[in-house]
Amino acid sequence: MSLTARHLEENGIPTVVLGSGRDIVEHCAVPRFLFVDFPLGNPCGIPYDRDMQLELARLAVDLLASADGPQTTVRAPFEWNGAPDWREVYNRVRPEDKEALLAEGERRRIRMAKRPKRA
Amino acid sequence: MLSMNDTSPAGGAPIPYMERTRLYYRALGYPSDYRWAHNETAPFTRLKRPLSQANIALITTSYPPGDYSDDNPPIKEVWSQAIASAPDGLYNQNLAWDKDSTHKKDRESYLPILALQRLAGDGVIGGLTEHFHGVPTDYSHRRTMEQDAPEILRRLVADGADAALLVPL
Repeated sequence: MSLTARHLEENGIPTVVLGSGRDIVEHCAVPRFLFVDFPLGNPCGIPYDRDMQLELARLAVDLLASADGPQTTVRAPFEWNGAPDWREVYNRVRPEDKEALLAEGERRRIRMAKRPKRA
Repeated sequence: MLSMNDTSPAGGAPIPYMERTRLYYRALGYPSDYRWAHNETAPFTRLKRPLSQANIALITTSYPPGDYSDDNPPIKEVWSQAIASAPDGLYNQNLAWDKDSTHKKDRESYLPILALQRLAGDGVIGGLTEHFHGVPTDYSHRRTMEQDAPEILRRLVADGADAALLVPL
């Protein structure tokens, strides 16, 4: 998605990325980025919180006009309202899960091998 | 890098997703690490008209709704649909999001059509383009750069977009 933003921008269409994977987006380097520090999946706001969703959309489009230069990151002023340990548990690798993770990896490799490849 | 309003969060530092993902995929038994796209600088284009007159295109990494599964995933291709007939939800079970901590039952949490329509009604933006657009996440940077991004550009130009809001999961 960040590569697409860069391509649009290079061709005259200003862009803003609204997302939660800060290091990935900034590693690619995009023109404008509204960072929402939530679990991956709800960058536009907590589900069903229409007031927060409106404010996040407003902050994102405001960046289109207010950013002075590329690689502008703004952190949205909201905190996740779910379990406080959500950052720790995401894709956590624990020693006791070693065999289960290897088995899951094997399932994925078998599944991917069956899929048609893109041209 | 310019950073505004960039205070330390109360709950801790952002997740280092690249490092976390590297360790996770090694634990899954993958022999080589994924290389995320990397650039030192980014392009920059200014809005050519005031935000209050600008048509905004909305872009998602999700897929059209359908009877998909892990063994029958949607095809990776650029797609578009009229905002006026946007479905209540999109398919994204095949994407990497935090399935333990949250859910995708509310379309507006990842495709903010109602919020943008409200901003248009309030005069903050000119409006939405007729369609919203989907761009697949692809392991291959080359396919994104040579196929998908140019196709999205063509569709946005045809749609009269003045700017784009991109929402990756």
